Amino acid sequence: MDLSTLFGIVIGSIFINNFIFARFLGLCPFMGVSKKIESSIGMGMAVTFVMTVASAVTWVVYNYLLVPYHLEYLQIIAFILVIASLVQFVEMLIQKTSPNLYKALGVFLPLITTNCAVLGVAILNIQEKYNFIETTVNGFAAAIGFTLALLMLAGIRERIAYSDVPEAFQGVAIAFVSAGLLAIAFMGFSGMTI
Amino acid sequence: MSGKKYYQTFIKGIFKENPTFVLLLGLCPTLGVTSSAINGLAMGVATLVVLLSSNILISMIRKIIPDKIRIPAYIMVIATLVTVVDMGMNAYLPVLYKVLGLFIPLIVVNCIILGRAESFASKNGVVLSALDGLGIGMGFALSLTVLGGIREILGNGSLFNIALFGDVFQPAIIFILPPGAFITMGFIMAGLNQLKKMKKK
Repeated sequence: MDLSTLFGIVIGSIFINNFIFARFLGLCPFMGVSKKIESSIGMGMAVTFVMTVASAVTWVVYNYLLVPYHLEYLQIIAFILVIASLVQFVEMLIQKTSPNLYKALGVFLPLITTNCAVLGVAILNIQEKYNFIETTVNGFAAAIGFTLALLMLAGIRERIAYSDVPEAFQGVAIAFVSAGLLAIAFMGFSGMTI
Repeated sequence: MSGKKYYQTFIKGIFKENPTFVLLLGLCPTLGVTSSAINGLAMGVATLVVLLSSNILISMIRKIIPDKIRIPAYIMVIATLVTVVDMGMNAYLPVLYKVLGLFIPLIVVNCIILGRAESFASKNGVVLSALDGLGIGMGFALSLTVLGGIREILGNGSLFNIALFGDVFQPAIIFILPPGAFITMGFIMAGLNQLKKMKKK
């Protein structure tokens, strides 16, 4: 396995093609659960776990189930089924094995099914023709990029709560503008080649 | 039942329950593809088609689906419809398909569609559900076109690919790049808040 390719994928998915700021995936939880750092850590952990496992499982399903039987056109249906049942399974598994973690992630787990970052990374992995290890690494790195963006915005919003924001901008409006400024900062990475 | 009810079911999606600006649903395509008015409109129409057909289909089969597995059943219906739209666009509109790219398959996880299936189509008849889907879908398409239009004017000096200004205008390219999406959205939200405040007075 070529380590430098993997390094490129990791840096690329976290910074250059950040899922939130460059690809616009997973925005609903990004705006929804970025009010507090604590809850955004929970969401980030849950998403990281599901995205890594979902990348691996959907890759196996695509290459060993859909391709041999020429069923590639069922990709969307198959992937969403895999992700939905995976989330359900992960929820039950965590509930049985670690009640504390379940309490921490609790509400966020079911929400992940409709997080487009998960389906997005699965489809992207296939489009980029990654092999199994690259797919898993990419899923993990993309989720770390997502978590990073979520934590940064949560930190900013916690501060904004105490500052004097013009009345019309209070609430989500200022959060969008802050996210825009963060995105400008992330544009500094674009065009970087590894 | 009077005609007024039908009209209200249809019209509420465009303003009062506008999915994008009021309910903040389906944000990823809203910000991801609106670098021009045409892209926004195309994405909006693709979503409208899926939403309308899923609302009609689900309201037709709502009495057959067992209550416990209704969500997976809805997702299957929606995923099938999205596959149809995905393949149709790939075949007949290859240029647009390339621009919208990943966001066409991602219509599956657009919360607007599952949301309407669960909260409206599963409880109402075919005609009302169709009107609801049409209204919400048009509200979504309209918002995407407006957002795309603003970004295109500011970032490219054109609207629907027609240049609006002479050479004097220096477009602010940042508005067609990702940060512009967030900032424009923030200012639209602020503008709507201001309007609401003025109405109250």
